[in-house]
This record gives sequence, C-alpha cells and structure tokens, in this order.
Amino acid sequence: MLSTAGVAVLAAALATPSLAAEPAGAPVADFTLANGLELVVIPDHRAPVVTHMIWYKVGAADETPGKSGLAHFLEHLMFKGTAKHPAGVFSQAVAHVGGQENAFTSSDYTAFYQRVPSEQLKTVMEFEADRMTGLQLTDQVVLPERNVILEEENMRIENNPRARLGIQIDAALFLNHPYGKPVIGWRHEMEELSRDDAIGFYRRFYAPNDAVVVIAGDVAPEEALKFAQDTYGKVVRHGNILPRQRPQEPPPVAVRSLTLADPRVEQPLLQRDYLVPSFRTAKRGQSEALEVLAHILGTGSNSRLYRALVVDKRVAVSAVTWYDSSALDMSKFEVSVAPRQGIALPQLEADADGVLAELIAKGVSAEELERAKSRLIADAVYARDNQVSMARWYGAALTTGASVNDVRRWPERIGAVTAEDVQDAARQWLDKRRSVTGYLIKDVSPQAEKKS
Amino acid sequence: MTRFLTAAALAALALFAMAPVASAMTIEKIVSPSGIEAWLVREHAVPLVALNAFHGGSAQDEADKAGTANLAGDLLDEGAGDLDGDTFHKRLENHAIEFGFQVTRDYFRGSLRTLNEHRDEAFELLRLALSSPRFDADAVERVRGQVLASLRRDSTNPSSIASRRWWETAFSGHPYGRESSGTLETVPRITADDMRDYVRRAFARNGLTISIVGDIDATTAGALIDRAFAGLPAKGDLKPIASASPRGMGRLIVINLDVPQAVVTFGGQGLARHDPDFMAGYIVNHILGGGTFSSRLYREVREKRGLAYGVSENLAWFRRTAVVLGGTATRADRTGEALAIVESETKRMAENGPTAEELAAAKSYLKGAYALSLDSSAKIAAQLTQIQLDNLGIDYIQRRGAMIDGVGIEDAKRVAKRLFSGGMLVTVAGRPKGLTSTPE
Repeated sequence: MLSTAGVAVLAAALATPSLAAEPAGAPVADFTLANGLELVVIPDHRAPVVTHMIWYKVGAADETPGKSGLAHFLEHLMFKGTAKHPAGVFSQAVAHVGGQENAFTSSDYTAFYQRVPSEQLKTVMEFEADRMTGLQLTDQVVLPERNVILEEENMRIENNPRARLGIQIDAALFLNHPYGKPVIGWRHEMEELSRDDAIGFYRRFYAPNDAVVVIAGDVAPEEALKFAQDTYGKVVRHGNILPRQRPQEPPPVAVRSLTLADPRVEQPLLQRDYLVPSFRTAKRGQSEALEVLAHILGTGSNSRLYRALVVDKRVAVSAVTWYDSSALDMSKFEVSVAPRQGIALPQLEADADGVLAELIAKGVSAEELERAKSRLIADAVYARDNQVSMARWYGAALTTGASVNDVRRWPERIGAVTAEDVQDAARQWLDKRRSVTGYLIKDVSPQAEKKS
Repeated sequence: MTRFLTAAALAALALFAMAPVASAMTIEKIVSPSGIEAWLVREHAVPLVALNAFHGGSAQDEADKAGTANLAGDLLDEGAGDLDGDTFHKRLENHAIEFGFQVTRDYFRGSLRTLNEHRDEAFELLRLALSSPRFDADAVERVRGQVLASLRRDSTNPSSIASRRWWETAFSGHPYGRESSGTLETVPRITADDMRDYVRRAFARNGLTISIVGDIDATTAGALIDRAFAGLPAKGDLKPIASASPRGMGRLIVINLDVPQAVVTFGGQGLARHDPDFMAGYIVNHILGGGTFSSRLYREVREKRGLAYGVSENLAWFRRTAVVLGGTATRADRTGEALAIVESETKRMAENGPTAEELAAAKSYLKGAYALSLDSSAKIAAQLTQIQLDNLGIDYIQRRGAMIDGVGIEDAKRVAKRLFSGGMLVTVAGRPKGLTSTPE
C-alpha cells in the first residue's frame, strides 16, 4: 500500500519554519512535505501528551448530488481496517496506551484524531498514514455501520426539534450551494449509500495533497517533521485533486420565513440565519467585524439582544448570536431567541428587529467595542490551555482557506476592528433579504399525536 | 492479533517505566493566613484556574422546593454586595473573567478562570458572589424563567425523561431521586429566602475544597484565598443525608413518547469510592461498557449489529450511595434486541468475568489515560478537586498506577460477580416495539 517513491523532501520543508513572534505563545511551525501534505505543529510541553489530527479537505459540500451523508458515512467507515491493520487494530493500539480517538465531519472537512502519550506519536501517524490509502471495505462491515449512522441521525436530528428547525433553515437559506444539505444527510439518501459510494469518494479525496496534519502537544517541530516524512511522506501524491468549486449562491433577494411545528415543542424558538461572508470570501476586515458584531449583539449577559429582550423587555428567556468565520464558501450569521411563556413569536421577532435596527442606525459604543474585543482576544489566550481547542482552531482554518499566519494574527485582526467597521457590517449583512427566519412551535393539530 | 496485543502491552509497560504519569507536576498543600487549606500546582501557562467546592448540593433541597441550590448557583453572578447584576457582569467581562457555578447532588462547585493580571479583581468578585449574593427580585424571576424554559424543553426530551425516571424510581423518597434542576412544579415555589438559607447553610469554611493552577506562589495564593473565603462562616449547617441503595432491580419501565428512536437508561448498585473493591470494579466496568471504541457492549450493540450510535456504562459514586449507570438509544423496532444484548453481556460478565487479555488491556488503558486528564490547567484543577472530595490523599496520582496493577484476574472475576449480579432497573422513553412495563 505504501509507496517508497516520493520521499524526497522539498527544500522548503527542511528550512526553518517561520516562527513569527507571538504575544506570549509558543511558536507554531508550518511545513509542507514533498507529496503536498501540510504539517502544523503547536508545541505545548506541559504534559507528556500529544493530540494528533489529520484533516482532509473534503466534507458534505463535496458530495455528489443524491449521495448526501456520504462524507460522514466514510468517516465512520475509516475505522473498518486496512490490509495491513485489520478492523479494530488501530483502535486497540490507541486504547492500549490509554489514548482517546474520534473523528468529525463538517460541510468542508473530515478530521480524525488521537490523543496519546507523546512517545506514541509516530505510531499513530503510521496507522493514520496507512489508512489514508489502505482502507478495505466489505458489505459485512458497511451495512451495520449504515444502521449506525441512521441511528445517529435519529439521535441528533429526529429526536431533537431544534435540530430539525436548523436543517430546514439551512435548506431554505442556500438556494444553490450544497451547504443547504445536512452534513448527516437526508435520511432517504443515507439509506441507499453503498460500499462502492464510500470507496469511490475515498479514492477521490483522501490523499496527502488533500490533507493537513495538526499536532498539538509535547513534541518538537523538527521531530514531528521527521516522523511525518517517515510516515505520511511515503504516501504517493494524488494525481488529480481538483480545486473545490461548489455551485455558488445567487444574490439573495427575498425575505424568507418558515415554520416547523412539532408536537414535542414545549419551548418555542425564533431562529434567523443571514447569508454572510466567511473569512475566505470576505473583503479584508469584514469577517473580523462580523465576529465582533456577533459578540456585541448576542454573546453573554452584557450583549445588546440579551439586555433588551431578556432583561429590559422581558420577552425572552435567552438571546444568542453566532458566527463562524471558517467556511470555504459563504457562512451564516445566526440569531436565536427563545420567548418567555405567553410571548408570541411575531412580537418577539419585531422586538429583535428593533434591536438590530438600532444598532444599524446608531452603531456601537466605544465601551462595548473594547469589551468585546478584549473578551474575544482573551478567548485566544484561554484556548491555549487546551490542545484539542488549539488543534481544532488551526485545522478548521487551514481546511477552509486560511493560513497559519492568518490564525496567528487573529488577535491582531480583531484588535484592528473599529466601531465603524461593526456598524458597516451590521448595515451590509443584517439585511432581512439575506435571511431565513424560522419559527419552532408546538404542533397541536389532531394528527400530531400520530406523527413522529 | 494476540501477538500484536502482547507487543503493544509490553511497549506500554516500558513507556510508563520511563515516563511516569505527570511526574513533573508537583502538588503543594498550602494554608492561607486565616487557616484555609488549598492544593496548588504552579504552572507557567497564562490563565489562572481556581476551583472551589462546598459540601451540600441539591440533596439539601426541600422536596417541594427541589432546584433551590441550582437556582441559587445561577443567581450568584446576577448581583452581589453593592453591585447590581448589570455592573457585576460588566466587571467580569471587562476583565475577561469567567465564573461558573454548578450544583450536583452532593456538592456546590465554583470555577474561576482569569488572566493573571486580573486575579485580584476575580477573587474580589468571587468574595462578593459567595458572601453577599443579592437575589434581587427581577433577577430571580428572569433566571427562574430560564430554568423553567430548560425544564420545559427537557419534558419532551427522551434522554432526560428516561434518566429522570430511573433516578425517581431507584431513589424514590430519597433526595438523590430528584434532579438538581428541580421540576416544573417545584421551581416556581422557590423564594429568595430559600436561596439565602441554602447559601448560609452550605457556603462555609469547614466543607470547603480549593484547587488552584496557575503562575502564582503560595503566599499570593493564600492572600487571594483569604480575600474570597475567609469571611465565610467557620461551620456550615447541613442536613444529614441518609445512605441509600438503588431499588427496583429487575424492573422495566416504558414511558410512551412519540419519537422514532427509543432512549434507554439502565443501571444498578455500584461501588463506594472507598470500597476495597473499587478499583477492580472500575476496571471490569471499563471492559463491559467504558472507553471509546473498545467495550464489549460497544462491540456487540454497535459494531456487530448497528443497533445504536452509542452505548456505554459508567460507575458513579456519591457520598451516600453508588450506582452503575448506562445508556443507549436504538430504533424502536429493535430496542428489545439491544436490551437483551445488554442484559446477556452483563450476565456473562457477572458469571465469567473478563479474560486475562481484556484485564491487561484495560489496565494499560486506564494507566495511560490518566495523563490525558492532566494535560491542561483546567483539567489538573478538576482532578485535584475530585481527589480532595474523594479524600484519596495528595499522593494519589503517584499511587494510582500501582493500585490498578494490584488488581488480579481473580479479583476482577469476583468483583464482576459482585457488581453485575444484582440485576438492573431499566427505563425506556419512546415506543419500543414489544416492550411493556413490568408490574411494580
């Protein structure tokens, strides 16, 4: 399975990694192997432990139409063994040293990780390099696993009315882009996924030149590079990894709204998602302004929506906004508000719109801006306490079009956001025509009892 | 396969001979000028983490006012001393200080995270929150509304329904039978005076456990500890909680709910933390239902048959009881099959115990895994607190490996029988095909 060709290493990889000065943080090293695999090392020597992650630049948005859920299904099937290491051997090796492992899939990436004593780093890299191209699948393991993902869909979505609402909003928000499909898949398509679908997807996307390895923990960058060359470095480069070009969104023009009624809803919810740029698709500074805006508007007890709707008007029990800058294509800015008992959703929506309109019209205060920025920048400091947080931050950024330098400079980028930037972002992006508003309500129809 | 396992086991042994878990970490026992004891780990990472725990959690609540301690915890940062809630929150956020308060059946736990330059402010705000919470009427009603909203959501959530019913049945009439968050009936009854009474009875220096991890010396830490805690009463005033054992073994309770997937809670009598068989029980439970992808239940229920996304079982210990508690979620037409597997695997473990290979693998796992629970300041502080609450001694981290190694195959078999022979109480929320509740 592993090739001995392609072990020559680019001069660039041998050169000293760029170690830009960081405010009080350990330098993060960044290498690229000859076969195209990118390696990022985040040293943290406090405990004799490493977190090793491999991130493939493929997710649910890269699935062929009609095969929704395939990226996530393959993530599960990656644990079914190779010719060299039959099913269970990798997991047993991790368990024997007291390690942890798991995997996760998004619209843009699929990642696998192990947390092990640092001496075991090279061993898990060998296993992971082996399953980059060596996966073997039979119907005997594929079919029970398909039942597992169907139960996962039941657990995450069908048993959870809020998750059902989110899926409907995404489907309405993205008119053309595959971000409108649930990562877990549409159930009727998941039921038909086959071994051949999975293997075909695997051969198309799993390759060193489509992957980023992120290692956080007790290892020196040069040592990690040596391990990577001895393991991943021996995997042949994929000859035909095409750039990810998904169907893009047309300009949004219609205010959209939907209602999901579910008999199990005892606490209604108002959720609105706006189509906004990600870090990759934004003009310089826009994505950072959206991050600060999300904090000022709806993060914590001092935020605008919380103060207005929960504390002052007492029409809501919670009010939260959320924005994720790491998407390869467009991203979402989400507002979700849960009403107090007896408050109708249209009234709540009007009140929330009032808060947004005021921010758009009058902007934010210097005090709000400073508080939000210092809090966000402190989050970056707190994140350094946790290997998994750090590795996930870099991995998500690097598989969605950002660079190590972009992540490293994040506090600086946030620090540069002005009050005017925040107001401009609100004015430009919090336009209802860019959004879908969802109501989650209790289904009280006579048939509701029969449905499930 | 066997050859591989042996090689891996040997490698693991060599590894830990060279690198004992977290050997570099030193825990200092410090005493503040006013006499309050704390455990300190000096760590040159930037954030400072401080955890505290008081004895007396939600088991202290009156039955008709269940949720009192939890509601009090949610209100501690909503105004204290001269500061109203708005001002308090702004002072926290302006300094990027994080507070968290959590109530369990036995304890009230507080956590604080701060940048080193703001630690004085952080401990001052903690002092105010613990010693003079205001419980202003508007804040009480707002937070009560939030708790009720969450309880309403839970009221149709199959996982919380199954779990609540398990506890209510196993500990009927005992404070442990109640969830810490209370119920839709009890939370509306709680008054500000109820919360003041709880705080007065529980927040005292004699039931206090403190763990600090950060770039701070013992003298400075002692002064901060005194700032936050020295003003609290010397002694608490807690109600005694009776010892109890879970009841209803052998019963199956089905709670009808229209969901496509049935959610199952199962469990029985566990082992007290200071039971001489605890470590053996911990190991055999790991083999049956613990770990990530390695347990017998995982293999039989998920891996071989695809009946569930997850299935696991854990030991849970409390000051006055101990249980073994597991859960899974399966499609309604095969819930019976999944439950039959859980029961037969549990029975097989009770009768035959683990194999020598499984025992070796589990020991190797549990020894290695400890390092992963000590690789950040937040996790170290959490472990120090747990070790103090369980009264295991300041050298427990060093002794733990030998305690695991001391469990032989005969111990494991004997304790597996002890732990898994007593039958289980099973609760299911959903429409599991062919399953009905057994008569009481």
